[in-house]
Amino acid sequence: GKFAAFAATQSMTQDQLLDFEDFGNVTLVHITDIHAQVKPIYFREPSINLGVGEAAGKPPHVTGADFLRLYNIEPGSPEAYALTSEDFTALAGTYGRMGGLDRVATVVKAIRAARGDNMLLLDGGDTWQGSYVSHHTNGGDMVELMNLLRPDAMTAHWEFTYGEDRVREIVDELPFAFLGSNIFDAEWDEPAYEHTKMFERGGVKVAVIGQAFPYLPIANPGWMFPSLSFGIREEVLQENVDAARAEGAELVVLLSHNGFDVDRKLAGRISGVDVILTGHTHDALPEPVVVGDTLLIASGSNGKFVSRLDLDVRDGGLKGYQYRLIPIFSDVISPDAEMTAAIDATREPHKAELERVLGTTESLLYRRGNFNGTFDDLICQALLQEREADIALSPGFRWGTSLLPGQDITVEDVFNATGMTYPNAYRSEMSGKLLKDILEDVADNLFNTDPYYQQGGDMVRVGGMGYRIDTYKPIGSRISEMTLLKTGEAIDPAKNYVVAGWASVNEETEGPAIWDVVESYITRVGTVSLEENQSVKIVQS
Amino acid sequence: MANVKPRVKVPKSANAGEVITIKTLISHPMESGQRRDKEGNLIPRQIINSFKCEFNGTPVFSCDIEPAVSSNPYFEFKARVPESGEFKFTWVDDDGSVYEETKKIEVK
Amino acid sequence: AAFAATTSLSFPVLAANDAQDIINAFTGGAEAGEGALTLDAPEIAENGNTVPIEVTVDSPMSEDDYVEAVLIVADGNPNASVATFHFTPMSGEALASTRIRLAKTQDVIAVAKMSNGTFAMDRKTVKVTIGGCGG
Ligand SMILES: [Mn+2]
Ligand SMILES: [Mn+2]
Repeated sequence: GKFAAFAATQSMTQDQLLDFEDFGNVTLVHITDIHAQVKPIYFREPSINLGVGEAAGKPPHVTGADFLRLYNIEPGSPEAYALTSEDFTALAGTYGRMGGLDRVATVVKAIRAARGDNMLLLDGGDTWQGSYVSHHTNGGDMVELMNLLRPDAMTAHWEFTYGEDRVREIVDELPFAFLGSNIFDAEWDEPAYEHTKMFERGGVKVAVIGQAFPYLPIANPGWMFPSLSFGIREEVLQENVDAARAEGAELVVLLSHNGFDVDRKLAGRISGVDVILTGHTHDALPEPVVVGDTLLIASGSNGKFVSRLDLDVRDGGLKGYQYRLIPIFSDVISPDAEMTAAIDATREPHKAELERVLGTTESLLYRRGNFNGTFDDLICQALLQEREADIALSPGFRWGTSLLPGQDITVEDVFNATGMTYPNAYRSEMSGKLLKDILEDVADNLFNTDPYYQQGGDMVRVGGMGYRIDTYKPIGSRISEMTLLKTGEAIDPAKNYVVAGWASVNEETEGPAIWDVVESYITRVGTVSLEENQSVKIVQS
Repeated sequence: MANVKPRVKVPKSANAGEVITIKTLISHPMESGQRRDKEGNLIPRQIINSFKCEFNGTPVFSCDIEPAVSSNPYFEFKARVPESGEFKFTWVDDDGSVYEETKKIEVK
Repeated sequence: AAFAATTSLSFPVLAANDAQDIINAFTGGAEAGEGALTLDAPEIAENGNTVPIEVTVDSPMSEDDYVEAVLIVADGNPNASVATFHFTPMSGEALASTRIRLAKTQDVIAVAKMSNGTFAMDRKTVKVTIGGCGG
């Protein structure tokens, strides 16, 4: 790229990345949505992330060049590469991979060395799922590796897709708090997990309250955790905040997996929370968003960033803060030897399979974006061809790493985009009306003007069909011009189409695992090459 | 109807005049009368159609129940406890069956 | 039912059920005010077959000033009737919750009848969705 010479990794140093003048008396270190990514990866941030209602045009709904302008970031700089999709392929060549839990460990240890007992390390969840090894160990690798980081508390979302018994088994042994103020037993409507953990840091009483993903039984298969109920439970949260204050908490931190827009609304409706460490929507913001007296922190995903927030808490209140979203440049931050060894040990039994090459890609493969990503285009192509379908549907997950043009596609790469516990690729007939209803329903989960009605994923990805979406319209009238691409005909509400998809939340879903479908497609075509996807027409009227 | 099992959560003790929380569950399919079997025939309605709670013979709370109430009906409500005594809970089934449960409470 | 064709989904239509008639019969046509009654329900149902709802009425619940009953209706079900709670001064507080069936996205409406003959109302939209995506 044209900016490549501007600041290459050689000119960055670990000291610069970790540079932070200690401030105040409490340091919060936040990491979230790692999705089991323990090795350095490429991860392209979204180029399209539309906000609606009060969130329209506000972070995190600012992308690309607008994002660079808003935060005064030099195009082509390391920050531009880390935080946006601008010039991604070229800058990835310049600045290299990001993340790696051994690099994260170096950063955490450095902050711990500087701040000692004044620090809390908080994990926002979506930690145990998203890779080949985590899938084959039911999250066991991540539990073992995260324990080495010594977090003080975590909350959860995808963790529960290993089933409620597996979560309970892990949590019973966990050497730190697993918090969920909104996790209730579905039968008697009583708290099922600890909601708050009190700490003393730097002479300050700190309450950390956990908030798990509110819509787990809707966005993920409820039959995997049938005895649990979630929800936002604003009143319960307010009671827990008030109880923490009554117990003498001088700083109240919400470790949340609500998603950013839900947390922004929540911050305006409850009182007594100083900091919300947000998660789930995978946003990375270089500055806190302030709502009233509450700071909202967004720490990205996939191990790309670690947030450090230094707080000055005196006379029972928060007096000031210093914040840094630390980008984990894998080639600049040296790996922590102990963590590297532990990571290698968890991967060793799976090494041959992880490294098995299925093919190569000529195109940049990525997932993030409201409507499509090339990795999902690849998955949809695989579904259309291997399952002989008219139309393919792929869920709008926000996890999944990127591959650069020219890279090999390995089994590990495919699992980074598909590794989860309900992978069956179904093939069934759906009417045009049902397809419309599905698109309308998912669009409303993304574009309802009330964040409490949003679930925080992206739009379902569609192969073999085009459509027009008006994000500002209400449910039922956002989607139009649905077209079957192979014939150019309009989708007929009364006609049935053969649809292939995966990740259905229905218990009885049948079909091969999606990674087998994708593998068979890639090995057949050898080299993956994708045209720019122009099948979704986006309107905001 | 067979296999209908009521369960009730009432504190064992309370202060005189205290308002306590009571939770009740009863296992029951609550057949709505709107579902059809495989042959397309309507499955007859059979639901729990009423629930009541009394304390030492005085009505505390009751509910008229329609088919839109979920299977295994759950009720949570409050009760004032003026003295030691016994809560009596009664559920009535469409088929005429009456299911009862009692719980004692001690005033400290 | 995410993306598998085993359930069909329908969205709110203008044709209302008998919700208004049932409310009119309960209130005798009297005006119902807002504020005294709070209906709590989830924004999005985890499962349309069992949606938790809770009503709370601001009332002293004394012998001469209490909430007699709270009617619950759902304006998008085939039949609007859901349940009627009856309270007494022995209830101590006018609070009750149960779990209900919602066939699709719709409003749940609660109407409270006070012992002095006045009424209060609240409503909440509950989305019944096919779900299935996530961050
Ligand atoms: Mn999540
Ligand atoms: Mn996530």
